[in-house]
Amino acid sequence: MEIFQAITNMTAVGLAQHMVNGISLGSLYALIAIGYTMVYGILLMINFAHADIVMMACYFALFGITTFHIPWYLTFVLTIALTALLGVTIERAAYRPLRDAPKNSVLISAIGASFLLENLATYVFTGRPLHFPDIPFLSSMISVGGVQIQAICLFIPIVTVICLTVLLHIVNHTKTGMAMRAVSKDYEIARVMGVNIDNIISITFAIGSSLAAIGAIMWGIRYPGITPYLGVMPGLKCFIAAVIGGIGNIKGAVIGGFILGLGEILIVAFFPQFSGYRDAFAFLMLIWILFYKPTGLLGEKTTEKV
Amino acid sequence: MLKVRDLVVAYGGIEALKGISLDVPDGKIVTLIGANGAGKSTLLRSIIGLVKVKSGSVEYNGDTLTGLNSQQIVSKGLTLVPEGRRVFPNLTVLENLRIGAYMRKDEEGIAADIKRIYEIFPRLEERNWQMAGTLSGGEQQMLALGRALMSRPKLMMMDEPSLGLAPLVIKEIFNIIRSINENGTTVLLVEQNANMALKVAHHAYVLETGRIMMEGSGKELLENEEIKEAYLGKKKK
Ligand SMILES: Nc1ncnc2c1ncn2[C@@H]1O[C@H](COP(=O)(O)OP(=O)(O)O)[C@@H](O)[C@H]1O
Ligand SMILES: [Mg+2]
Repeated sequence: MEIFQAITNMTAVGLAQHMVNGISLGSLYALIAIGYTMVYGILLMINFAHADIVMMACYFALFGITTFHIPWYLTFVLTIALTALLGVTIERAAYRPLRDAPKNSVLISAIGASFLLENLATYVFTGRPLHFPDIPFLSSMISVGGVQIQAICLFIPIVTVICLTVLLHIVNHTKTGMAMRAVSKDYEIARVMGVNIDNIISITFAIGSSLAAIGAIMWGIRYPGITPYLGVMPGLKCFIAAVIGGIGNIKGAVIGGFILGLGEILIVAFFPQFSGYRDAFAFLMLIWILFYKPTGLLGEKTTEKV
Repeated sequence: MLKVRDLVVAYGGIEALKGISLDVPDGKIVTLIGANGAGKSTLLRSIIGLVKVKSGSVEYNGDTLTGLNSQQIVSKGLTLVPEGRRVFPNLTVLENLRIGAYMRKDEEGIAADIKRIYEIFPRLEERNWQMAGTLSGGEQQMLALGRALMSRPKLMMMDEPSLGLAPLVIKEIFNIIRSINENGTTVLLVEQNANMALKVAHHAYVLETGRIMMEGSGKELLENEEIKEAYLGKKKK
């Protein structure tokens, strides 16, 4: 009953406003969640450093524009490239040497990589929040049909859809994508087919980190306070999004991201009294999905056919 | 010619292969029979580079394979049809064939080979777009054979291709193994189904707990009393 009242009390403009916010946040979660799900799909590990890759990407973009005075569009391209390189480097340095070690060792190494990045960022950039530079037009507020929104909000879902389309094309319709899917199921036999699995894993990290960088740049424009720990909470939620969608499944991660992003915003909108609990929503969803469908929404049942 | 010499492979201190030597001459079918746990899979997996070798050597046409990675070994013309088939369940039938040709660049040759494999296995063509995980055991075995053929191997190693299949399907698989060999591919066949394996093999080895206990032509071993009793389920007279 309460919810109907809340909805009827809300004006159409207000609802549109919340939807825009929710879709933007959901898109950003989706872009970051893809990285978690792809790495899990191929290495069966949670890449804890992914959240900090997002944070580093924000700093790359920030310093590119403010300190190095590189035009913002060029900075964005450089940021994506640099972040991809960072992701690949982390895999090489922290995960590859443990390829044949127990999974727990790799997880611990991932936590270590995450701490290292956070502490390094605190040391180099200080813990003081830095302001992400205003980007012409994208950072400004515009009015669409009476709804006041930040211009970037129009682009976030579009960029996300483009990224997802390109990604699904790569994964499902290219030779590299085929190898990625094969490695994720049986890396030994993929090797016997002549697949260089180290290369495929590097490509996976490069793709996941690039998408994280794209998400991070838009995140910075949308939420311009940049700190060394800014990735932690979104990272956690995006991991949960990947689990909700069915870990290892790209479309699942996107759906999970949207559920969490929209859900979080709409709960605050309809139940302002619960706004202090907005971060708890993701965890409630996680508990709920683990209870009712442990494999996630699009997760596959693990049935082995004999 | 594949030459294995004094091969020793250990899993954490326990030797699964205790000094194996065998030859697989070009153009032949050589079979290796042995009970469960004898070390048959370990031998094939170490030849293809999936298992580290402790000592001894593997040579193929004069090139040393020991120390190379699987990718390098496969590029020399070897391939493995693994135990339990291990087709990629999340890839379509067609993709499983395509990934068999992963190292090849000749698109036309690949297309022609896919066509040829669909002629050998019409049932696979009907399931072209189906995920390989949805195939029956026999179909998966055919796909595993087809996938291996897609690399145009000179030497094809097969690990228990008859495992868990119905008698009629087993017959079909063995006919195909024979015709693969007649088309010029050397075969190293590992089997627990000694009867069928010895019938197709030119030469055979018997492996027991990591050692070769006996060798001879397929025919000789089929008539050997010890083999009859231990592997063919026939009592001594
Ligand atoms: N990955 C492994 N780790 C430890 N021991 C193994 C492993 N694989 C096989 N073994 C052991 O090596 C021996 C030979 O196994 P295997 O080569 O699979 O035999 P076969 O294929 O003839 O049944 C067995 O005693 C088996 O338990
Ligand atoms: Mg075996």
